[in-house]
Formats: sequence, structure tokens, C-alpha cells
Amino acid sequence: MRRLWRWLIPLAALPVLALLAYGFRVDPRDIPSPLIGRPAPAFGLATFEGAPLSLAAHRDKVVVLNFWASWCQPACYEEAPILERNWREYRDRGVVVVGVDIQDRREPAEKFVREFGLTFPNAQDLTGAVSVDYGVYGVPETFFLDRQGRIRVKHVGAVTDAVFRANVDRLLAEPGSP
Amino acid sequence: MSRLGLRLLTSLFFLSAAVSPVTAQPAAPVSEETVHEVAAQLRCVVCQNLSVADSPSEMASQMRAIIRDRLAAGERPAEVQQYFVDRYGEWILLSPPRRGFNLLVWLVPLAAVGVGLVTVAVLVRRWTCHRRDHRPTRVDVDPAMSERIRREVDSGP
Repeated sequence: MRRLWRWLIPLAALPVLALLAYGFRVDPRDIPSPLIGRPAPAFGLATFEGAPLSLAAHRDKVVVLNFWASWCQPACYEEAPILERNWREYRDRGVVVVGVDIQDRREPAEKFVREFGLTFPNAQDLTGAVSVDYGVYGVPETFFLDRQGRIRVKHVGAVTDAVFRANVDRLLAEPGSP
Repeated sequence: MSRLGLRLLTSLFFLSAAVSPVTAQPAAPVSEETVHEVAAQLRCVVCQNLSVADSPSEMASQMRAIIRDRLAAGERPAEVQQYFVDRYGEWILLSPPRRGFNLLVWLVPLAAVGVGLVTVAVLVRRWTCHRRDHRPTRVDVDPAMSERIRREVDSGP
């Protein structure tokens, strides 16, 4: 009986250790989005120039939907030139980059667009409705939408050339909607 | 205050004008209490461990506005909560639902308290039983020595 108890205590610690081992390996910031594979929520915004901006206008295109803010340093500042460069490279191949500025004020946001010479459409989400519809919890976050308008990839953090190309090339290779 | 009233009036006007057959419930005025109740269960997405009700951040106030709008459109609090869960996953709920793997969060503390109580009970019993069983050990002292001890104790200092 005594001997059994002596073994039971370290044995009881094992499941706790296993739970901790699992818990510490999981990144609490890596939250899987339930939106992957689902149709991208529609929205209607106005660009900084005042033009209407909606997803419906870009049907049958691969859409790179980027959420950013002018106060998001350094990640948004790192990815802005990369997004612009890849937009210019891919725009004639059925790809559109759309920027949504969230939790921001107009002047610094416009300065951001000007400074990086962004030519892809950018709009402010003033009510936060678009951010919540896409389950955005921080900036920058980027969604890659396939030609059928479904969310396929959510990328958290600054977009790199490699991330942009890998995702866009894969989605371009897929057949479009019939 | 008057601006808020105006906003409420205009939103009510638009609501009454655009009540769809899907949300056929009448657009009742939304009490701030209900908004707070829903917001208190949701995690503020840009904060560390704050609810949408408690956070002063812009994101949280926008989320409260969305909660208010959806309630005003006739959604039940549970439906509003589900709207956020559909977009953010269960992560957005401050207390995880009591099923599946999540049950661990609810059951492990109870189990730990149970094990602790049993351990304390066993130890206390063991210590008290030990005392009850304890009998003075006999020490063999020869009669001459015991006689001497008694004499010296009785004689005092």
C-alpha cells in the first residue's frame, strides 16, 4: 500500500506536465480564424479619394485584402512598399490589392498613403464593421481571397514578398468561377 | 445628449422603414444594460484580458456600437454573441463554453481542490491516529536506580 502511494504521486503529476507541455507549445497569439473557406463578407466603403470600394467590383479576381493603420509601426511600414510593388507586378494578371485602414485618423492615414505612394485602392473603416466582419484583432492582417470570393488564407503580421507570391500564385493557378 | 437622441431617432426611423421579414421582431429600444451584458462576455480583441464592456479602446467602443445596432435590429443577445463567435471563434468568449476540451478548464480546479482536501484529510488522520496509538515506552531501570531517582526528586534543590 505504502509503495503504491509512493508511485501514485509522481504519476499524478504526469497529466499536469503533459497539459503544460501542450500549453506552452501553443502560441496564444496564433488564433485560427473560423472564416477560412467561407465567403468573404461584402462591404461598401469609400476610398480616400472618395471612390466607392467594394468586393463585388472585383469579382473573378484574386483579392489581397490588407488591414492596416498609420500607427502600426513597424509592421505596416515594412509591408506597405511590398504590397505596392507586388500590386504593380500582378495587377494585370487578375489580382487586386485592397487596403482597409482601421482604428485610425484621417490625416495620418492619408500621409501614410502619400508617403508610400500607394496606388491600390485604400479606404477607411470608420465604424469598425468591416474589421469585425473579418474577425480582425490587430494590424497588420491580410486575407487572401480566391476568385470565387472565398477567404482562403489569413496572414497575421507584415506580408513579405514570399508570402504574397506563394499565396497569390497558388490562387491564380486555380480555375476561376464557371 | 441631444445628438444621441437624434441618432437614436434617425436609427429608429431607418429601422422601422427597413424591417425585413427575417427580423420580424419589433424594433424595441435597446437598454444599455443588455448591451453591457453582451459586451461583458466578449473579449476586447485589441486588449489583454479585458472585456468589450470594460475596455476604453476605440475598437471596443466600435464593438459596443455594433452590439447595440444588432440588438436594435431585433437580434437576441445570444444571436449577437454568436455573430462575434462566427467571426473570431470561441476565443472571443471570456469564459469558454463548458464542453469538449474546454471542460478541463472547469474541472481541473475542482479536481485539484478535491485532491487537496483528500490529502489534508489523510494526513490529519494519520497524525492524530499516530498520537492515539502512542504508548509510553517501557524503559528498564533497575530498582536501585529508580529508588535513587525518586530520592533525588523528592529532596528538591
